[in-house]
Formats: sequence, C-alpha cells, structure tokens
Amino acid sequence: MININTNDLIKGWDRNTIASKIANDLPHSSYVNLGIGMPELVSQYIKEDREIIYHSENGLLGMGPSPNENEIDLDLINAGKKPVSILPGGSFCHHADSFSMIRGGHIDYCVLGAMEISVTGDLANWSTGKGIPAVGGAMDLVAGAKNVFVMTQHLTKDGKPKLVQKCTLPLTGAAVVSRIYSDYAVLDITDTGFKVIQLNEDITIEYLQSVTDGNIYQ
Amino acid sequence: MQINKIKKDMTEILSNVFDGATIMVGGFGEAGSPIELLHGLIDKGTKDLTIIANNSGNGRVGLGALIGQRQVKKVICSFARSAKGVTFPELYNKGEIELEVVPQGTLAERIRAAGSGIPGFYTATGVGTPLAEGKEEKIFNGKKYILEEALKADFAFVKAETADRYGNLTYNKTARNFNPIMCMAADTSLVQVKNILEPNEINPEHVITPGIFVQSLINIENPIIETNAIEEGMTYP
Repeated sequence: MININTNDLIKGWDRNTIASKIANDLPHSSYVNLGIGMPELVSQYIKEDREIIYHSENGLLGMGPSPNENEIDLDLINAGKKPVSILPGGSFCHHADSFSMIRGGHIDYCVLGAMEISVTGDLANWSTGKGIPAVGGAMDLVAGAKNVFVMTQHLTKDGKPKLVQKCTLPLTGAAVVSRIYSDYAVLDITDTGFKVIQLNEDITIEYLQSVTDGNIYQ
Repeated sequence: MQINKIKKDMTEILSNVFDGATIMVGGFGEAGSPIELLHGLIDKGTKDLTIIANNSGNGRVGLGALIGQRQVKKVICSFARSAKGVTFPELYNKGEIELEVVPQGTLAERIRAAGSGIPGFYTATGVGTPLAEGKEEKIFNGKKYILEEALKADFAFVKAETADRYGNLTYNKTARNFNPIMCMAADTSLVQVKNILEPNEINPEHVITPGIFVQSLINIENPIIETNAIEEGMTYP
C-alpha cells in the first residue's frame, strides 16, 4: 500500500497548467462537456485558432461564460445550477434530447474529476460510499462521450494514489477513461498500463511509478 | 363548445390528485420548478406521495417544503444532495424517506420512454456500477448493456412560460429541462404558466409541448423565485 508523507510530495503543475494542457488537446469544432468544478477552468485556455462548443446537460448547447451581475437569469443555468450565458449559435433542448447528445455518442469530449481511476480505465467519482448517494449525469457522460478525460491531482489529500490497480470506491463506469491529466503527468489508458504521454519537468519516471499503484511505462 | 384547459384556481386544478399518487415534478434545481403547484399540494394535504424529479428540493420552499411536511414517502431522482437541501437530508438521515437513485440520462430516457409507449430499453449507462445490480444484461455487438424500464406517473407538475387554452406550451431557456417529457409520461399533466395567450398568438413552429400532452393549466403570473425566497428565509406553509 503506497502512502506518501504529504510533506515530502513534489509540487506538480497547478490546476491552470493542467487546464491549459487539456485545452490544447481539444480539437477545433469539438462538442465538449466540462464537469463542474476544476474542469470548468479548461474553457479559459482555449486558443484563438479554434472554436469549441460547450454542452451543459440540463439542455444547453453553446454555453457561454458566467454573466455580469445585472444579466443573471435564474432560468439560464449550467449543470452546477450556476447562472451562465448562451452564445450566438446556441440552443436549448429538453433533458431527453440533451442526454441523447451524450448517450448517442455525439459529445466528442467530456472532462471530469476523479476519486480513483484504475489501470483498465474504470472511474470512481460519484460516491465515497457515505452520505446521501447522488450521481447526477456522471454515469451517462462516461458511458456516452466519445473521449473521457479525467482532470485530477495525482494523489489524494492524504497522500494515497488515485491511479490504482483496482478501484475500491463505487464505480461511475467500467473501462471508460481515455486519458488522465494529473499534476504529475498526462497518461493514456492502454492494454498494458498507464502510458506516460507527458511527464512533469520536475519529476522522474521512477518517482511517478512510486506514487502510482499500477504499471506505468513510456 | 370550445376546448379550454385553463382552471380557475388551485383547488380546481389539484382536485383529482390523490393520496399515494406518483407525481413527476419538473425542474432542474429551481429552473422550471412548479413551486406554486407544490404549495397547492401542501395546502391540500395530499399524503404518501412518490416524487420523480431530478433533485430533492432546496430550503423549505416548493419540493423542499412538501418533503418537510412529510407528504412524500419516496423520491426517485438523480441528485438528492443539493447545496441548499434541508428537508430531504433531515428525513433521509433518520430513515424516514425512501430514495431511488437514477443516473440523470437514464431518468430522462425512462420518462421519455413511458411517454412514447416504450416499456423498457437497454443502455450502457451504469454498466459495471452499483446502480446496475439486479438489472438484466444483454450484449449487443460485443458491448454490455443493462435493461431499464419506463417510468410512468399519475401526474406531472410542470412549469411553463407561455400557453394557450389548448395546452400548447413554450418554456424559458434551461427551465425547459424535464418538463416536456414529464408532460408526456404522466396520465395527467398539470401546468402552471406565466402567460396565457390566444391560440393564434403562439407560432405553431415554436410550440415545444403540443397540447395533447397537457390536461390542465393554471395561470401563475409572478411565480416565486426560489433563490430569492430562500435568501429571504421563506418557509411554506
């Protein structure tokens, strides 16, 4: 069992750097669903050379940024129930159509957070097994989006690996994750383990392996 | 004689709602939530309800208030852990209310299926998770799916923006959400609407819910805004 003293941890990329790496990997004209929280940062780092269309699962395609205080409309919210805006070319639809966009494989990328990701791409991010169970749209997103990107810290707050041989928490989906963006590395899920696509400049592959509970290779 | 689905008051529109009914409640958080119809149900005192909704209410307004009055025995929803939820957690933690968790897209599709005469469907959502337990599995083209059954209701409580006397509806922005499909899936759809127009005033190209899916309407011109109501400390009754 890997358990790192959190005082000894190497400081990795900050969340803005991780967000910009994800933003760079979203191709022009993609339809993208960004999870609530850290993944929302990604939209701030999309370069001028591309246009991305954001989907919010409560029936909004073409979502724009938070409005100014005087433009807030409580009938225009995102999946986190926060006021947002709609961009030119945007549209509204009902919930079944909105989830057909997800479940029918029309969303190119979804980006979400994680509690655990297994070496085979299983994702646990909806339940710690305690409290009121609440899943929202996470299971639909991971089952339906063409590419599932995870944006996460490499270790939990207590210094335990989030990249694991086998998830211990209730799954959101089995074999669903395509790529992981952590503060230490960008990794693809492959048949033979976590494949390092990009390694943090301050970290060695040996160190990365020591904080990962599953095979890593370059 | 002309068709007219507009009811004169809350007592009339809720007259057939019975104890033990299953009620779909539209809305995603507060957007599109039929707060006045829910308050009408508190006044009427209808009990032992099963509520199908995306969430489980905020504060002590609308659905949160109905649950707080212990009129609900079970909630079927995707996300019962709202930041401003008060009444549902209170009862849930005491084991005094039942919860069925359904992934949001599966919830929407089960509702849509019921409204379309489809008794069940296979989906990849939830495969390999605790929410697939006890569900039939089937392989299509080498990929595993689970069977989900249609979700019907006795009533749908819905909030719309504009209606005519036929029950044709339009909505406002993301306040549309579950409302149109719930109108389709319930035996009786009760709609609170801000504006009632003459039939020729809604462009047929703009109708979102055709009147066939709507049984009764009530005009609520200035509905309560949940966020403001909670900030002001409103409780109902």
